[in-house]
Amino acid sequence: MPSLTSDKITRKHLDEAAIKEHLAGKSGPEYWRSLDELAQTPEFEEMLHREFPEQASEWDDGFSRRNFLKLMGASLAFGGLTNCTVQPDEKIVPFVKAPEYMVPGKPLFYATAVSQGGVGTGILVESHSGRPTKIEGNPAHPASLGSSSAQIQASVLDLYDPDRAQVITNAGALSTWSALSQALSQAAQLQGMKNGAGLRILSETVTSPTLGAQMQRVLDNFPQARWHQYEPVNNDQTRNGSVQAFGRPLNTYYDFSKARVVLSLDADFLNEGPAAVRYARDFAAARKVRDGAQAMNRLYVAESTPSSTGTMADHRLALTAGALESFALAIASGLGVAVAAPDSPAPSQVAWAEALVRDLNGNKGSSIVVAGPHQAASVHALAHAMNQALGNIGQTVHYTEPLEADSVDQGQSIVELATAMDQGQVDILLILGGDPVYNAPADLNFAQALDKVGLRVHLSSHLNATSRLCHWHAPQSHYLESWSDVRTYDGTVSIVQPLIKPLYPSKSSLELVGVLLAEAGKPTYDVVREHWQDKLGADFEPAWRRALHDGLINGSALPSQAVPPVGTINLPAGLGRAVDDEAVELHFRPDPLIGDGRYGNNGWLQETPHPITHLTWDNAAVMSPATAKLLGLGDPLASRDNALSRQQSVVELRSGERTLKAPIWVQPGQADGVVTLNLGYGQEFGGRVAAEAGVNAYALRQAEGPWHTADLSVSKTVEKQSLACTQNHHLMETRSHLIRWATLDEFKQNPEFAHEMFHDPAEDMTLYDKHESPNNAWGMVIDLSACMGCNACSVACQSENNIPVVGKEQVLNGREMSWIRIDRYYRGEIEDPEIVYQPVPCQQCENAPCEVVCPVGATVHSEEGLNDMVYNRCVGTRYCSNNCPYKVRRFNFLQYTDRDSETLKMQRNPNVTVRARGVMEKCTYCVQRINAARIDSKKSGEAITDDLQTACQQACPTQAIVFGDINNLDSEVARLKDSPLNYGLLTDLNTRPRTTYLAGVKNPNPEIVEG
Amino acid sequence: MAQIFPRSINWFAKASIVLTLVIVGSLLAILLNINRVDFVTQVDVPRDQPVPFSHKHHIAGMGIDCRYCHTSVEESAFAGIPPTETCMTCHSQIWTEAPILEPVRESYRNETSLQWTRVHDLPDFVYFNHSIHINKGIGCQSCHGQVDQMPLMWKENTLNMEWCLECHRQPENFIRPRDQVFNITYEYPANQETLGKELVAAYNVKTSQLTDCSICHR
Repeated sequence: MPSLTSDKITRKHLDEAAIKEHLAGKSGPEYWRSLDELAQTPEFEEMLHREFPEQASEWDDGFSRRNFLKLMGASLAFGGLTNCTVQPDEKIVPFVKAPEYMVPGKPLFYATAVSQGGVGTGILVESHSGRPTKIEGNPAHPASLGSSSAQIQASVLDLYDPDRAQVITNAGALSTWSALSQALSQAAQLQGMKNGAGLRILSETVTSPTLGAQMQRVLDNFPQARWHQYEPVNNDQTRNGSVQAFGRPLNTYYDFSKARVVLSLDADFLNEGPAAVRYARDFAAARKVRDGAQAMNRLYVAESTPSSTGTMADHRLALTAGALESFALAIASGLGVAVAAPDSPAPSQVAWAEALVRDLNGNKGSSIVVAGPHQAASVHALAHAMNQALGNIGQTVHYTEPLEADSVDQGQSIVELATAMDQGQVDILLILGGDPVYNAPADLNFAQALDKVGLRVHLSSHLNATSRLCHWHAPQSHYLESWSDVRTYDGTVSIVQPLIKPLYPSKSSLELVGVLLAEAGKPTYDVVREHWQDKLGADFEPAWRRALHDGLINGSALPSQAVPPVGTINLPAGLGRAVDDEAVELHFRPDPLIGDGRYGNNGWLQETPHPITHLTWDNAAVMSPATAKLLGLGDPLASRDNALSRQQSVVELRSGERTLKAPIWVQPGQADGVVTLNLGYGQEFGGRVAAEAGVNAYALRQAEGPWHTADLSVSKTVEKQSLACTQNHHLMETRSHLIRWATLDEFKQNPEFAHEMFHDPAEDMTLYDKHESPNNAWGMVIDLSACMGCNACSVACQSENNIPVVGKEQVLNGREMSWIRIDRYYRGEIEDPEIVYQPVPCQQCENAPCEVVCPVGATVHSEEGLNDMVYNRCVGTRYCSNNCPYKVRRFNFLQYTDRDSETLKMQRNPNVTVRARGVMEKCTYCVQRINAARIDSKKSGEAITDDLQTACQQACPTQAIVFGDINNLDSEVARLKDSPLNYGLLTDLNTRPRTTYLAGVKNPNPEIVEG
Repeated sequence: MAQIFPRSINWFAKASIVLTLVIVGSLLAILLNINRVDFVTQVDVPRDQPVPFSHKHHIAGMGIDCRYCHTSVEESAFAGIPPTETCMTCHSQIWTEAPILEPVRESYRNETSLQWTRVHDLPDFVYFNHSIHINKGIGCQSCHGQVDQMPLMWKENTLNMEWCLECHRQPENFIRPRDQVFNITYEYPANQETLGKELVAAYNVKTSQLTDCSICHR
């Protein structure tokens, strides 16, 4: 261990050979969290032995020791005086006329829907006295079944974002809605004379039947007007694949509950796209080894950059774009799909392709081949043909008419618009949401073309890059502020019901398009209601109320479409081209958290670590160790200059004439020869949060090759940039056996594998009194087989428990506040390791090490087995955190909670204390929910059931987290605690944690032996 | 060398020892008790309100039940402060011209809320639930005092944690039959000691849990 007093630590440069040696000799840990840990560098050792990184416990603002002592002295002297203050007066403001059903002090839940990429997911929104505070999945909605995702959870924060546009502006000056609607309708009248030839509307993806019908009416009134749709992360390839295979665009959806074998061709179906929550739930359910059932599905994944789905794979391949296409071709021809190619694609190098084909053939009708939205249209056509060859259609794969009101190729649509604008054909451009100046393909020069439009009107939530170039800007209503409707992945319609009046004079798309129809000022409620008036049957009123109550219109799913046999697939030239070993290509991917950038100003999502890299607040040029070496960035591991020093080399990426400087990030498991950039970062005008985060990948993205381009050169610069990566924070001393995994066969042979060689001390081996829980005893089980690291739990916790955002500087100091961290472990070779996740909240130990060291009794045991954290007693010694072997306690080093932004106060959960500086906090098992359930149960006399859920459990799409009363033998948690897979972390310390884990089980194909 | 201090100064030395003890002692006493004096706790201090509402008149005089206005006391954490509409159910018929009620009428006319000053204000890290106390046989009077004798509202008890714990440690001293909860003039019977224990058992009050921190703090 290096001396803690030494001024400078000699940096040991990692070299690949040393790491290989560690791996071969097993001298390092079997599971490792980072390359530093694997190589056991001195920096890592130091990080381990400090509780926080170096300097983390010091003040930022050059505060001297002398000043500190002065202040401390003064605080001590005046500390007692705070007692003398009389509590300030508080007002109670009752209603004038109280609304029916609202009981003061009790939350109400309303069903509505949130849309992502234009497609909806049903949600229930918790409302306290009219303030929406928390989002849950809607159990009745097919896309949710009660679960949600990190983005859905975080969308409530966008409503209260203090950076939202708050006024209507004309040429940058304050204006009014009536002025805007007058200007727009006058311009529209002029357009009427030439049939709307100069009128263009640009929207994002629209599945809303009401808005679609409105648009149709606009196009009827102005026959020569055009409606364009564009979102940077769109469905184009999937749509065009269906056109290629079946001759028309169709919507595809899958039933993973029936699939025994799944092949994903670069599809992150578990964590990307509007149906991911449902897919993740179905997929995980078919994977859980429970109650003697020993059947598991099997997942093969081929991808260029590791994704959540890739981490769940039983067999995973990291391939370049070309190699992935030739792999897809090899599997397709193995399954007998007819293909015509102009040039012969390179043969696939994948050794186990034949075994995969046999596995798929052995599961006809119960397998799925799913191609990702970033793959070429032809790969989608191949996937359709493979599903047809396997007889999956109608079984696990379903087709419907497109969800969009008007299905278009969005990449083409934006090109047409930019061309028309450039040629001066556009007089009026109405932009409904989005930020095309920021995210349209860079080669379109959208901003310049936009300048040639006579009247530009933009509707968006923030005054973004596009708004600044438009004559008029109107703030866009949040989905919790205005009426609308939306289709989900299978076509089911939900009415989007607002919970709160618009906070600002904001407008929705329906209102703005209404101006063109001479319906300015018509309430959106009337617009949506009138649309459904004649469609909900004769008895409208009850059906409408039922739809609002349930959060969906029953039976509105689009009918299944029969598809013709896919003929011979004509491949374009260059598909599956041979890959040059020296070539490096650039891949673009939406960020798993901030998406295409629309959540860029959302602090919760910015501070949530990326599932794979564990980076917060930044994106980076992600590459494999071998690629870093190839690019002359020196020794792969030395070049990254070490994650712990937190300074990364910056490279210049050049694609065509465009360049972008980005920090590099060496990522094990990334395909060699691929540099991946996440979209959505580097927004200059996205708000205060977004402005500070990352680099703008759109600057390199062109209309041709939106997802990958071979046109890339990388050059080194002398610059460095700090990246806030959380992967080495809160380390559990690299103790072993934290992660326990086996294959299904190993588990069948030895069900007790998770307990062998581990010795837990006897229960009475403690000097402290035992805590008894005669009534309820709360406990939790987390299933490692099901966790895919999506972070829905973490954001749900943040939303439920008023956890503050601390900012990049503080994350660099290891001070992130998230109560549930998701540890990401690697196992195996650095080129292609397996990735395993382990969510770690407070373990609620029965013999809690934190409790016995608190000098003021601020953390004490409750009868039900919780480690209660008493904020008002805490004086901030941090002894508890020091003594916690799991490192799950979080300390408010500074005043992290924003006490100034009025709007943010409205989001906070009134049932959870808002913590101040100097207070320790940690997971409470959502004690506010437990208390509410206990009080209800005591009043009704009925026992508490499994309906009581913690926020993380409720959000989890794969249901990996189970919470409940372990004294109640009928509860699911009690049954899982009996499973042979159940084990606790660090139980050799006799902490007796109430949170335990189910050891992971994978199901590799026995035919495939991976070396 | 002559002495600097004369012998007669000795009394001063002796007195200063005693004085020091007295001063330190009284400082400690002040520190310990400052949170208990009425100035800090605001006990027995009638608070100014937009309308000088008299609980005495409405309860003792008119016989109105607590729940007529505090509607959610049996089902929610918050007992509820009546909307202006509740006041107007009677006051649109009686005392319709009374100048003292003008703020109420104004509120109803303009649809702007009356802003009452909170009398029983717990710190923000304390979560009190009315409904469970009502349900377990703790009378309104136990915390709020003889409200029917208060022309203006004041706090009867300190609401300090030590005061809460008096009951959370020994609820049998304060529990009463459920049908007596809203009886503002209830008097504890002579056999409260045995009756209290019976009620604690009958109402399934888990005394062992009542002093867990997370019962009130979370």
